[in-house]
Amino acid sequence: MPDAHLAQQFDDPAQQREAAKLGMWVFLMSEILFFGGMFTAYITYRVDHPIAWVIASHHLDFWLGTTDTALLLISSLTMALAVHSAQEGSRWVTALFLTLTMILGLLFLGIKFFEYAKHYGEGLFPGFNFTYKGPYQREIFLFMSFYFTMTGWHAIHMIVGLGLLSGMLAITLAGKFSKAWHNPIVITGLYWHFVDIVWIFLYPCFYLVNTR
Amino acid sequence: MISKKTDIWVAVALLVLLVLTAWLSKVNLGAWNLAAAMLIAVAKALLVVIFFMEMKVSPRLMWLAAAMGIFWLGLLVGGVLIDVGTRVIVLPH
Repeated sequence: MPDAHLAQQFDDPAQQREAAKLGMWVFLMSEILFFGGMFTAYITYRVDHPIAWVIASHHLDFWLGTTDTALLLISSLTMALAVHSAQEGSRWVTALFLTLTMILGLLFLGIKFFEYAKHYGEGLFPGFNFTYKGPYQREIFLFMSFYFTMTGWHAIHMIVGLGLLSGMLAITLAGKFSKAWHNPIVITGLYWHFVDIVWIFLYPCFYLVNTR
Repeated sequence: MISKKTDIWVAVALLVLLVLTAWLSKVNLGAWNLAAAMLIAVAKALLVVIFFMEMKVSPRLMWLAAAMGIFWLGLLVGGVLIDVGTRVIVLPH
């Protein structure tokens, strides 16, 4: 039954898939502006406090941030391969790549929360435990506020992504996707890649501030 | 449809760019550090959009949707920077 999922307003499955992808892109546009607002505020304050930004950035863990980035980039590859496998209709390979993507996402979050705990312990967590004393105290407070807000919102998006992926895995294992219909996996893929792109910009903005 | 082989090469390119940007951050390039980091981030984002998000094989309408997202972002950031960048401090100091 290749047409079981074809809604009546569409001519064929290809048109239905394109409509679904376009809908996701429109949603992602609103997400660009959601994160864009925070990036705009970040840029404004960085222009005002260039030296403090460099000092504050050294309080973050360069290697953990770099590992985070590598994990997410690889998870985008496994996501793309999951979409490929779904297009080819191979159920078990799709399930395998979805699982790998989820494992990489979970590892990312694990490292992220380890970093949060570390900064909490160091007294660099604005609003909860901020005991940093030294030059540029107020500016470092500001930097860390941006860090927790922006990477926090990113982490929330990752958690949503993991939820979507578990749904996709369940549907894949139940054998409900086919070569003709697997749109939800394609859409979930777009979302996952978008969240990866947000991190691609967060990484240099927080971990790589080494010169003015 | 983009081939699996292409996707793997894109991932390799992304990881090479990651190593490059991490290394460059340890080299003092002055003002060029920020420019290099941002250019590499944009290059990585483009690779993800064009290949992983299959923009390469998507209809023009999808290109337009993504481009409009970037356009609105430009207005948001640009507009705020024009304001902040041209403020004159009138308080005594």
